[in-house]
Amino acid sequence: MAGFILKRVLLLVPMLFGASLVIFLLLRLGPSDPAMDYLRLSKVPPTPQALEDARQMLGLDQPIFVQYFDWLNNALHLDFGVSFATQRPVLPDLLHYLPATLQLAGVALALTLVISIPLGVWAARYRERWPDQAVRLLAFVGVSMPNFWLGFLLVLLFSVELGWLPSMGRGGISHIVMPAVAISFMSLVINARLLRASMLEVAGQRHVRYARLRGLSERKVERSHILRNAWLPIITAIGMHIGEMLGGTLIIESIFGWPGVGRYAVSAVLNRDYPVIQCFTLMMVVIFVVCNLIVDIVYAVADPRIRLSSEGVK
Amino acid sequence: MSDMALPMKAARWRAWGGRTTVRLAFAIVLVLVFAAVFGPWISPYDPNQVELSDRLMSPDMAHWLGTDHLGRDILSRLIAGTRVSLGSVAVALAIILALGITIGGASGFIGGRIDQVIMRITDVFLTFPTLVLALFMIGMLGTGLVNVVIAIALSHWAWYARIVRGIVLSLRHREFLMAARLAGASRTRSFVEHLLPATLSQLLVLATLDIGHMMLHVAGLSFLGLGVTAPTAEWGVMISDARQFVWTAPMLIFWPGFALFISVMAFNILGDVLRDRLDPHLRAEHCH
Repeated sequence: MAGFILKRVLLLVPMLFGASLVIFLLLRLGPSDPAMDYLRLSKVPPTPQALEDARQMLGLDQPIFVQYFDWLNNALHLDFGVSFATQRPVLPDLLHYLPATLQLAGVALALTLVISIPLGVWAARYRERWPDQAVRLLAFVGVSMPNFWLGFLLVLLFSVELGWLPSMGRGGISHIVMPAVAISFMSLVINARLLRASMLEVAGQRHVRYARLRGLSERKVERSHILRNAWLPIITAIGMHIGEMLGGTLIIESIFGWPGVGRYAVSAVLNRDYPVIQCFTLMMVVIFVVCNLIVDIVYAVADPRIRLSSEGVK
Repeated sequence: MSDMALPMKAARWRAWGGRTTVRLAFAIVLVLVFAAVFGPWISPYDPNQVELSDRLMSPDMAHWLGTDHLGRDILSRLIAGTRVSLGSVAVALAIILALGITIGGASGFIGGRIDQVIMRITDVFLTFPTLVLALFMIGMLGTGLVNVVIAIALSHWAWYARIVRGIVLSLRHREFLMAARLAGASRTRSFVEHLLPATLSQLLVLATLDIGHMMLHVAGLSFLGLGVTAPTAEWGVMISDARQFVWTAPMLIFWPGFALFISVMAFNILGDVLRDRLDPHLRAEHCH
């Protein structure tokens, strides 16, 4: 197991290196001049002299690979530079907003699992009957629903009409319910359908028939013989859902006034505040990659075949 | 329990329901395409015509869906939004398919070191959550609809390149391709004439399934103010404009979202049908 984890962790290094290269080079190859953006955001008139100074200060007069390795070196020392707009160090600002985003994405992920698993089991148990049809319909609605529109519909219902939940801000549980539902709805219905399909596949296998022949109760067969195998694809899907959740927070945070990194990042993109864009993107990639690493490890724990084959045991 | 046969009557009902759903979805797509192409001729008003005396009117005979906070006709704006939405997705898909087929095709067909390098590049692109990558691309290119389209294309191409490569690899050693090569066809020609058609049907399915997904991205990014900007009529922008009226005129938010929802659903249903017809194997692979 330790060997498996070590191998996966080492694989992260080239991936993150590649991602950092993409983040740095693409921004530099883009049509806009960082020095101009710097002057614009710090409200300095762009005289030739000021431009020259800004270029020197930002290191733009160096060859591009020197710039990259400087940036990477600083990044490895957790120094992502200073925001053009606020003139404050980028990383502490982003870290200030990050917990709110992680909380929202985490609750959305938990909600996805807590709701989708019973829903999927229910649909599989009553296959081709009304619960299954209901879940199928819900899935069609779910994958087509714009999450920001769903957010507003929830506000209209629960804040405007019923007055049960606050429409803005971060606070207790009542604040997080609507944004978390809006973000997780699509992943939730996809997960439920995935679990249903996986359960039906496992249900057709021989060990399940044997368990039934042994006279085990239907519930016991479902729990210990079908679900134990059927939830493996769900683990893989979670890795993808995490990407959706992180993307979802970008939009949903702005609707519910949720004080997370998403809003900060969107305003940085509008301003072309390069250091913030770089740091934010790298941060999201690191979170996404690390979450997927955890998902892989959980999968390996749950399914010994993966673990053993990667360690070369037949 | 799980293999209980359906009663005949229920089965017939379901078949009927299925057919009706598909026909409805197809009809919706036709209406959308029609609205996108002929929008300026069929819309009852100029979508950007401000009429402050008609602000926030409820639906009536003159304005079927009412007017917004500047007195603009909502139906006309929805129709104008169709063109932006479908047009940008069409262009994004064209770029993605072009990139996916050339890069993925070259990777699978040439193989060797080139394949290795291209696959490592796609790996790197796949370490980004798509919407985060799209946001980053807009950060690089600047805001605006054209840049949103490019950003969406650049954040999705890697998926397609991998899929095309997979298909090409699976077909590369099949007899019909060997036969073409033995008959003297060049590598490029055997790729274009023999591999491409086999790839296209699967790509068509994927692309149809992704149209809805990309429409959501375009609208979402415009909603954030990164794509189309006011006063252009676009569904995401309309929702964003309407948010200050969520307490007073909720229908302003309802309509553009509903239009988006119905369109995405119609494309998803069509994609499902195409997948079942053309390629049942894709079912498991496509879930991003």
